[in-house]
Amino acid sequence: MTHTEKPHPAWRNDAYAKVTGKAKYTDDLKVLNCLHAVPVYSDYVSARIISIDTAKAEKQPGVVRVLTYKDVPGNLQFGQIIRDYSIFAHDRIRTSGDVIAVIVAKTRQQAIDAIPFVKLDAEKLPAVLDPEEALIEGAPLVHAAHGSNIANYHCVRTGDIAIGEKEAEVIIEQEFTTSHIEHAYMEPESALCFMRQDGVMEVCGSMQHPFSTRRFVASTLGKPLSDVEVKTVPMGGGFGGKDDTAAIVCTRTALAAFITGHPVKMTYKREWSMRESYKRHPYKIHYRMGLKHDGKITFVKVRIVADGGAYCSVTPWVTWRSTVQCCGPYEVPHVHCDVYGVYTNNIFTGAMRGFGSPQVNFAIEQLIEMAAQKVGLDEVEMRRRNMVHQGSMTITGQKLDEHTVSLHQVLDIILKECDYYNKRKLCSDGNPNQEEWYGIGLAISYRGMSLGAEGTDLNSAIISVQPDGSILLETGVHENGQGSESAMILLCAEHLSVNKERIRYRQPSTSNIPDGGTTVASRGTIMGGGAVVNAAVKLKEHMARILAPDLKCKAEEVIFENEYLFNADRSQRVSFNEAIRLMYNRQEYPYSFGVFQAPQVTWDEHTGQGNAYFTWVYAAQAVELKVDPKTGEITLLHMYAAHDVGKAVNPALLKGQFYGGMAMGAGYGMLEKCEVSGGKVVPTNLHQYRILRSTDLPEMTAVIVENFDPASPSGAKGIGEPTNEIMAPAIANAVYHATGKRCPDQPVKVLKEQRDTESLRHGV
Amino acid sequence: MKTIINKNEVNLDGVDRELNLLEFLRERMDLTGAKNGCGIGVCGACTILINNEPKRSCILKVKDIIDKEVLTIEGLSPQDGSLHPLQQAFVDCGAIQCGFCTPGMVLTAHAFLLKNPNPTRAQARQSIKGNLCRCTGYQQIIDAIIIASEHYR
Repeated sequence: MTHTEKPHPAWRNDAYAKVTGKAKYTDDLKVLNCLHAVPVYSDYVSARIISIDTAKAEKQPGVVRVLTYKDVPGNLQFGQIIRDYSIFAHDRIRTSGDVIAVIVAKTRQQAIDAIPFVKLDAEKLPAVLDPEEALIEGAPLVHAAHGSNIANYHCVRTGDIAIGEKEAEVIIEQEFTTSHIEHAYMEPESALCFMRQDGVMEVCGSMQHPFSTRRFVASTLGKPLSDVEVKTVPMGGGFGGKDDTAAIVCTRTALAAFITGHPVKMTYKREWSMRESYKRHPYKIHYRMGLKHDGKITFVKVRIVADGGAYCSVTPWVTWRSTVQCCGPYEVPHVHCDVYGVYTNNIFTGAMRGFGSPQVNFAIEQLIEMAAQKVGLDEVEMRRRNMVHQGSMTITGQKLDEHTVSLHQVLDIILKECDYYNKRKLCSDGNPNQEEWYGIGLAISYRGMSLGAEGTDLNSAIISVQPDGSILLETGVHENGQGSESAMILLCAEHLSVNKERIRYRQPSTSNIPDGGTTVASRGTIMGGGAVVNAAVKLKEHMARILAPDLKCKAEEVIFENEYLFNADRSQRVSFNEAIRLMYNRQEYPYSFGVFQAPQVTWDEHTGQGNAYFTWVYAAQAVELKVDPKTGEITLLHMYAAHDVGKAVNPALLKGQFYGGMAMGAGYGMLEKCEVSGGKVVPTNLHQYRILRSTDLPEMTAVIVENFDPASPSGAKGIGEPTNEIMAPAIANAVYHATGKRCPDQPVKVLKEQRDTESLRHGV
Repeated sequence: MKTIINKNEVNLDGVDRELNLLEFLRERMDLTGAKNGCGIGVCGACTILINNEPKRSCILKVKDIIDKEVLTIEGLSPQDGSLHPLQQAFVDCGAIQCGFCTPGMVLTAHAFLLKNPNPTRAQARQSIKGNLCRCTGYQQIIDAIIIASEHYR
């Protein structure tokens, strides 16, 4: 097996605190006179509320207050795109995660003990639980005011599908399904809020979007944004899952603090988190693909139905990425794509690492292999004949010529790394004479970086050099655990040519730096890093202008190198510390504010055409596995990943993203499914919603590919999501090569009995 | 009624024997390194060592530590603020991301290495089976255990 390499020591600024237990996560924080809040749910999935009686609950020992919709001073409704989410249910219950009240008590246990005393009188209403049924005329409307159960619709119309059909010599059709997925961040939601003496509501919480949280809190309290300050504390994992729900937990906690006048903490039990927090969207995807005998794709027709659950959240954005990437990284001249985000009474669905790509990749990366088989090509050659290359046009009409299109490069690396062709010959293909089946499989992808045409995309950084030469750095990027602060420090050190030990990352507050958007979409390094580089450039220009006379040269000739400023021939030098001292002496602040605005993107919603993303990343992953023919059990043997990241800022942590992404992708591929039955989330805790343990996972190989991206000031792109979007189809393909059976339903189950037991166990 | 926590004797008189151990450690002793990830003994984030055995404090009670020696993450590093070699290995190997599982993971690995200072990667992998991590895929945690093992020999 793999030996353990003595690595080049990894570095992260928060490692010491985290490894010693000194890092304080939200629930670890203590303040005096703190009250504790807990949520109250109903037993309904869909109902009309007649009354909520809190009188008895208020009389329970220790209970200070029971909050309902009546207590909301500002807007009851919130939502990032459609304001369809009630901070407290008032007239309707739309899903089992709806919160009807929050109990505030002196201790958490007292609050929990009072939960059964909140009396709800409600009339059960018909629920719609299948998104296809929700689309039928006359189906019960989840949001009557919306007028339809279609939360959003996207399309792509490229070329002429009729021509594509006519040109096709071979046609394949296949339906794929994917399931609800729980983020399973290790830290359940938590919030701690208090009203400061200056009238500002201060919010600490386990959430990955301080600015979105601030909007939620301010809207609910009816306050201006300047009256709410959200501060960053260490967060125990997010993976896209600590946006809406986590912000809402912070919001209810802030409301409790506002109304009671005391600090309030609300820490979720895992059971509440599983019940209330949004999941990854389950998709039903129907593909029809036409091919020439030589394997060239002539057309793709695809229809995707995504179960958005009871609230819109970011469903339009998630499904938009699926729309843009619906054909995988392949050139397709004629495309007809329809994508529906649909309201149902199920748990709502939203952002999760990958954001609409894992679903389509699970499908398309199997479909391409099915197509290969149909025309008699090997699966690698099939990909080569269709995949994007330098100068290719994407299906939405974007020419890929402004960065290195490295798909062939990452594919070649993976083929070599896993010895694909030799091992492919060893695959069992369901040989009945073998006691153990072996398979190898791969998948490739491209991914648009950052938000693309989803929304405004900019970030900022502040570099403030102190009189002693130490540096405070701050950006609009949030530390989700991925090591973004460390990456920002390293980029700052590199571009100022100073030691990283000078730099302290100032944990940002929403009152101190402009809204930099959510730290999602693998945009932390590219956007925050871009802002850091631009801030460093501005600071250097300022220092050079002021200090050029000391270096006896022109400002544009000043060189920053190894903690010194030099003139062009290096005959003159000033140390960084001395330079800073001179700056202050001359009444010049060594302070800069840098902004990185994403280059322009375009999108036509009616045709599904446009330059959807300002740059793209490319990936290939492979897996070796074995299957027990009797039990259907899949054992992973080795996983491989090659990703073009533009530039590696912090290689050890970067590899950590590769490993973690592959592992989460493997869970998606072979294990995870958050059963939702009768509108209710079935698993209540991590014993029923299993994620992969160490012994479920194999050794992994990570290969970093660097093609500096001119669209990124630092050259670096993103990595969080690309790593998590193709291991599932690689597993599905490997299982096919092992068993000879296709598994179009995620998670992959080899035997019919396994699929049946799964359903039985969850009572579907 | 007493116990030893991180080498210090702690008097438990007046403490409810039935009090949840994790709550006792976090709320009464201010030892917040042990985390509550699931509350039902599945995820391992609350792992502490009792007489050098990894235990899930979220499903234990105060009575389970009477006259025993408890080690939490706060007690692993030397008093001078430096890191224990295992902690240093976690840092150097990039074994830490969100950090929520880290204290439990480190303690589980510590107990394992005390017993087996010459582990293979497969044994190291097996040793942390009971500790869930959603960030790392465990690869660099296993690296850290192997790298640190020489300090236990």
